Amino acid sequence: MDVTVLLFAAHRDLAGSDNTVVSLPANSTVGALLEALRCRGGGWASLPERAAVAVNRRYANGATVLAEGDEVALIPPVAGG
Amino acid sequence: MIWSDVTSDPIDTARVLERVGDPEDGAVALFLGIVRNHNDARPVSGMDYEGYGEMAREQLAAIVEEAAGRAGSDRIAAVHRLGTLAIGEVSVAIAASTPHRAEAFDAARYVIEEIKKRLPVWKREHYLDRDAEWLEGRVPAAQCGKVS
Repeated sequence: MDVTVLLFAAHRDLAGSDNTVVSLPANSTVGALLEALRCRGGGWASLPERAAVAVNRRYANGATVLAEGDEVALIPPVAGG
Repeated sequence: MIWSDVTSDPIDTARVLERVGDPEDGAVALFLGIVRNHNDARPVSGMDYEGYGEMAREQLAAIVEEAAGRAGSDRIAAVHRLGTLAIGEVSVAIAASTPHRAEAFDAARYVIEEIKKRLPVWKREHYLDRDAEWLEGRVPAAQCGKVS
């Protein structure tokens, strides 16, 4: 299955990209997705092991199971206001 | 009315105030977040605000709804700005209108504190004396197992 990953702020600077598509086995978790991204090497390897994430615009966690077409956003520590 | 937005347009505080208020309300609290000219003694020349637009809009709407429920008032408005802001510009405006002052202050305080905890927005400061950098933020609670 394919999921779309969005990157923002410091994460985007590390990865050098603001979005990417990742192919994963069916029923993979958010944790597995983060591992797959970090295993790309280069700047991707500098992404945090346990980044906060949102799946389809709702906060999720490493155990959240993904589905085909999900939009996963890596959420750096937030600094609004 | 209960109203919220995340926008790259400049914030007109008078228009935010117009969205709250009612003949039965004796108190309106207005909180403004402003881009300041220093951070930890470093001179700051401006700020870039970046957001996960759609999610930020949904989260801010949820925060304002929660504040309304707590205050027992449906007269709460909040708007957060994105983009490049100069010193003195308004980055966030929150207005709350209630019969008495305590609830109005509490509602405005609740909205800004929740924004700090979970609105997916990031800021990069520009300094007069060095390169710009992303500011340290807060890790949303969801990372630690609590999903909201």
